[in-house]
Amino acid sequence: MSGFEARSARTSTTGALLVLEDGRTFHGEAYGAEGETFGEAVFNTGMTGYQETLTDPSYHRQVVVMTAPHIGNTGVNDEDPESKRIWVAGYVVREPARVPSNWRSRRSLDDELKAQGVVGISGIDTRALTRHLRERGAMRVGISTLETDPAKLLEKVKASAEMSGANLSEAVSTAEAYVVPAQGEKRFTVAALDLGIKDMTPQRMSERGIEVHVLPATASIDDVLAVRPDGLFFSNGPGDPAATTGQVELLRQALERDLPYFGICFGNQLFGRALGFGTYKLKYGHRGINQPVMDLTTRKVEVTAHNHGFAVDAPIDAPTETPYGTATVSHVCLNDDVVEGLELRVSTGSTTEVGKLKAFSVQYHPEAAAGPHDAAYLFDRFTTLLEENA
Amino acid sequence: MPKREDIKSVLVIGSGPIVIGQACEFDYSGTQACRVLKEEGLRVILINSNPATIMTDPEFADATYVEPITPEFVEKVIAKERPDAILPTLGGQTALNAAIAAHESGVLEKYGVEMIGASFEAIHRGENRELFNAIVHKVGGEVARSFVCHSMEEVEKAAADLGFPIVVRPSFTMGGLGSGIAYDEEDMHRIAGAGLSASPTTEVLIEESIIGWKEYELEVMRDKADNVVIICSIENFDPMGVHTGDSITVAPAMTLTDREYQHLRDLAIGIIREVGVDTGGCNIQYAVNPADGRVIVIEMNPRVSRSSALASKATGFPIAKIAAKVAVGYTLDEIPNDITKETPASFEPTLDYVVVKVPRFAFEKFPTADPTLTTHMKSVGEAMAIGRSFTEALNKALRSLENKHAPFDWASPVGDKDALLEQIKVPHDGRLQELMQAIRAGATQAEIHDATKIDPWFVDQVFLIDEVAQQVAATDTLDAGALRLAKRHGLSDAQIAAIRGLQESEVRIARQTLGVRPVFKTVDTCAAEFAAATPYYYSSYDEETEVQPRAEGKQAVIILGSGPNRIGQGIEFDYSCVHASLALAEAGYETIMVNCNPETVSTDYDTSDRLYFEPLTMEDVLEIYEAERAAGPIAGVIATLGGQTPLGLAQGLQDAGVPIVGTSPEAIDLAEERGAFGRVLADAGLVAPKHGTAVSYDEAQEIAHAIGYPVLVRPSYVLGGRGMQIVYSDQALEAYINAATEISPDRPVLVDRFIDDAVEIDVDALYDGTDLFLGGVMEHIEEAGIHSGDSSCALPPITLGNAEIARIREATTAIAKGVGVRGLINIQFALGADVLYVIEANPRASRTVPFVSKATGTQLAKAAARLMLGESIAELRVAGVLPAEGDGGTLPADSPIAVKEAVLPFNRFRTKDGQFVDTVLGPEMKSTGEVMGFDADFGTAFSKSQAAAYGPLPTSGKVFVSIADRDKRTMVFPVRVLVDYGFEILATQGTAEVLRRNGIQATVVRKHFEGKGPSGEPTVVDMILAGDIDLIVNTPHGSTTTGGANSRIDGYEIRSSAVLTGTPCITTVQGLAAAVQGIAAVRAGAIGVRSLQEWNAAAEAAR
Repeated sequence: MSGFEARSARTSTTGALLVLEDGRTFHGEAYGAEGETFGEAVFNTGMTGYQETLTDPSYHRQVVVMTAPHIGNTGVNDEDPESKRIWVAGYVVREPARVPSNWRSRRSLDDELKAQGVVGISGIDTRALTRHLRERGAMRVGISTLETDPAKLLEKVKASAEMSGANLSEAVSTAEAYVVPAQGEKRFTVAALDLGIKDMTPQRMSERGIEVHVLPATASIDDVLAVRPDGLFFSNGPGDPAATTGQVELLRQALERDLPYFGICFGNQLFGRALGFGTYKLKYGHRGINQPVMDLTTRKVEVTAHNHGFAVDAPIDAPTETPYGTATVSHVCLNDDVVEGLELRVSTGSTTEVGKLKAFSVQYHPEAAAGPHDAAYLFDRFTTLLEENA
Repeated sequence: MPKREDIKSVLVIGSGPIVIGQACEFDYSGTQACRVLKEEGLRVILINSNPATIMTDPEFADATYVEPITPEFVEKVIAKERPDAILPTLGGQTALNAAIAAHESGVLEKYGVEMIGASFEAIHRGENRELFNAIVHKVGGEVARSFVCHSMEEVEKAAADLGFPIVVRPSFTMGGLGSGIAYDEEDMHRIAGAGLSASPTTEVLIEESIIGWKEYELEVMRDKADNVVIICSIENFDPMGVHTGDSITVAPAMTLTDREYQHLRDLAIGIIREVGVDTGGCNIQYAVNPADGRVIVIEMNPRVSRSSALASKATGFPIAKIAAKVAVGYTLDEIPNDITKETPASFEPTLDYVVVKVPRFAFEKFPTADPTLTTHMKSVGEAMAIGRSFTEALNKALRSLENKHAPFDWASPVGDKDALLEQIKVPHDGRLQELMQAIRAGATQAEIHDATKIDPWFVDQVFLIDEVAQQVAATDTLDAGALRLAKRHGLSDAQIAAIRGLQESEVRIARQTLGVRPVFKTVDTCAAEFAAATPYYYSSYDEETEVQPRAEGKQAVIILGSGPNRIGQGIEFDYSCVHASLALAEAGYETIMVNCNPETVSTDYDTSDRLYFEPLTMEDVLEIYEAERAAGPIAGVIATLGGQTPLGLAQGLQDAGVPIVGTSPEAIDLAEERGAFGRVLADAGLVAPKHGTAVSYDEAQEIAHAIGYPVLVRPSYVLGGRGMQIVYSDQALEAYINAATEISPDRPVLVDRFIDDAVEIDVDALYDGTDLFLGGVMEHIEEAGIHSGDSSCALPPITLGNAEIARIREATTAIAKGVGVRGLINIQFALGADVLYVIEANPRASRTVPFVSKATGTQLAKAAARLMLGESIAELRVAGVLPAEGDGGTLPADSPIAVKEAVLPFNRFRTKDGQFVDTVLGPEMKSTGEVMGFDADFGTAFSKSQAAAYGPLPTSGKVFVSIADRDKRTMVFPVRVLVDYGFEILATQGTAEVLRRNGIQATVVRKHFEGKGPSGEPTVVDMILAGDIDLIVNTPHGSTTTGGANSRIDGYEIRSSAVLTGTPCITTVQGLAAAVQGIAAVRAGAIGVRSLQEWNAAAEAAR
């Protein structure tokens, strides 16, 4: 739809109010659905990919502030969503498009937000809000087109749920297991635990000849083994890894059985916990598609897509012995030295000799939707791991 | 992987004179590179013939060669300096071509010099169409279907296959020179014919047309560890068919989904890897079919480009600086991001604002040129603006252009919709404004899109601006809400005033009273994810400002820059502004730069303590002043270094209470106001050419008769000789007056006696109220009558004696004192029949300040800045800013000679019929840039200036000689020397006779105004254009009698055709004598190269 016919949806000048839990208030205009919403305020610095961001289950219960001022320019198409619905709890933009323009566009973003009941706000100083979150850290927020009194909205914000301690994967996970068939000749079977999986992830595996059995977050080790997997995969997803115990236990059981493992994002944090590391909440998280990460095994820098508010607390400079083998930090973010990847190898008992790879995970998004494709090699690494253990 | 230890010295090649397609962005990139390499402890050797560049300031390199960038001189520098490496990727196509030539001739191998940044092979793969196309296919991309052709027959065959329209692209030319779109056979013959001859390899690419597609560009950077990052995406507002230098461009890309953007990114990374640019930056251009997303890779530049400069300013990621670091071995992760200090350069900048660049054209200087925009770049400059939305940035950019027709106008009558829709079908300067008029006339979005193919999102944004303007018009009272809406979309106070029928000042007062004020945001590369350490600001009507408080105990000085480059106001003014900033920082001030030209060194955030990337209008500057005043104390605002742009703001700023330092606005006015200035001259006993002012033809005729023809006519208040003409008759005078549309009692026409047969002299001087420092006295080589910016000149003057210099000093002192100068003044004199006439005085930095500074080794603009802040010339002598004794008027007898030569853009402009535009030089400035030839004697310096501007002087071949009667006696000897050297002599009738009587055989050729002979015998101009002449000697016939105009124009035609063909042309007997010496030196192989540092050391030693 390069259509001019969609124009005008933006004639509404209904006011909207945004209040942070520390009391900072912004006045703007309603965007998307009218109503009231609460969540954790986070900012995303991507200049492209709003459709993928909105439909990323990891944003469940988060109110996303877009730092790029123009949002909605390419409308909404049917190919780019990363799941079946918009997951963000609220959406904050500066300049929504009035006319979407792209050959694949089917409808305007404004209409899509309305149709899915997503409350948003536009026309506010998103840079000021971002700076505030950067300085004070992620915090709860409320957006309302109903409440005009900031003090009253603030009360509601303070009464809303916190992100720390929240176990959310089960809320976003698929209810039923389903299979994404391998493209071309089937080479491997992988059990993928859906903790908030993005559609591009099984897609990337399937492109490499992997049949992906996507399982609900509540799956047991028996459910996993029932698909006779060559490997196990844990997806990204929302919530506090420290509040997630069942899946950590599942992962430990898999590691005990030497099942090759690959994890992304939340799957990295749970891998860390399974190996005995702690996790902690970052001040304001990494959310964007321009983050420099170094693969410590090759010293190459890749520009990567991130969406994480928590991180693994593991020593970067030395390996750690765990009951499952030797764990090392494989990737770090060059901006702030946050752990971005873990590797588990067979223990050799030597400091010079490196054991065989058993499992690995990254904190960022090699499936890259949205984002650069620099880290796509990790899916190849997973395929190689499956091959070696076949 | 740290710095390479095997490279101890690097030769950096600059880009030479400013020409269309290659402007001061390469001074910006080269300056950054030199700074970085020096910091890394490398010996930096620089070659650049352009004296107006910052990079050629002696402190930026260890050995600075202001020498021609020709294969010959590059070799001389290499032979002398023996650098370990050569860095050719930061000086535009000129540097790349020079390095390729040095590689191909074996010079690099001979002296063991490694090409860094990009290897010869990589450059070749990037620029050779066939190799490049193969690479694009290999990485999974598509190129436009095309054929490489080396002859017209091959071109015809290609066209038959592809069908019209076809695009013609010559290989190895810069700025798309010689390229174009052919809609039929006739176009094809014309464009491809020119393209084949413009290409150094006689090669053109004929390709399928993708006109109307969306156009994008990515800036890419790669290091030796194969880390690749995309610095910036740029989307063109104007669809395919307009050269990106002539397009309105937007960063970041506005209408791509992530999948489409990532596809472009993947292609870019694949291409830079395959091409093998392994340590540096490049840009890659794409076309995207709006109907189905099909992507065509258009081209890549395996070097830093104009777009890289734009991208650096747009993102805060300094591409050239990082490119220089990776060229010497660093990897991106080892280089810190300058702005955040804490994060590395191995990331991709993300923007939380919108950047819009708009081109500035100079078609008014070339009235017969075809203003249609094509794939052949025609703009002479650009302005960039930053806003928090596209509408805000676009409106700011348009007012930054400083062209009263550029900002949208809602006050003019609504035109005819159909006519406007027809007009906007063809891209041209002013199309966007007509597009807005079409909207006002009732055109729909679909109609606009159909006519222009501009993306619907952009079309809607222009509609949005119109809707905002309509709301501003319709609102009952101009309250805070209405104002805020207008300002958020970038409307200026002046535009709001025009819509509401108010004065700009009334809107400003109302707005400020209602508290509707801009805030200033920071360009930080990371959308606020990390704190920024560099105060690089832009204004926006948003909520929170980020201006930091002044450093403790510091006073600030605000320097107003010169805005977009245009003919008459370019890099020379930016040079002075940058120097002021450097000098005042050294003197302990906090320096604040305001400018909107992304090509410049002044808008490098490293140059000043704070940078405001803002339009140079009263409204924008006042808001910056207020914001800075809130941040801390301000010592003053400098308005006299950036040319006419800030000068025009000075009085208004002062009236608004802003402290203007240096020469007062009243004094500036005084120098421009004829009556008052006349009194200054009279008091000093000086004379100006007789003159008068007229508002009608009758008045003008009366004055002309009183003072005698020829007269110089021009509108009042002009820069760069806008609209000036020399007229020789009533008839011509009447035609001029009738054609001048803007004559009124407020804006009369000035009629001056034209001082024929006079030596023109340019002076730059400093004055502090007591003492005068004569910076330099330049003697024009051309006669008076050609705009000083287009003339070549010599410093020290070659024919003036001490007595004349003493008179000039006295006159300069009297004028500086009479006007009330505190800082720089430029005066033009004409010396005719022993009378010293004052042509004009400009109490500001002039175009020649950098030339004089470089030629004399004294930094005039730095001294001027400190004078303006209250120091005296005596104090500056003590401080070492100025020499302890003497000045530019007392240079020792053995001082080297600097020759400045102008570079003209005629080869870029064609009429609608494809002919070259009329190339007559005159009092209206037309040159885009300049070069300097520097050596011990005038002859050698002159030959260098010619080599740098047009190509080396010949050592054999045909010489055409046409000499004015008064010069005939003096020409015999040098012409005889040329004959001895083996040259064949051609001459006009009269000259040939004189030569024959002196025993020199010369073939007679027809003069231009005689036209072709009865059997089609060519005129001399025909022969020059055909490339049959190797050297031209043409001294102007300065007679005022009948026929004088003809021979004068004949001379102009000869010189202009020389310009077009790059044929060396000598216009004075002094020049001839000197050129003969130069040719002798070239023949003897004795022309050497010497760095500025060596010259300065020699001068120091002689003191």
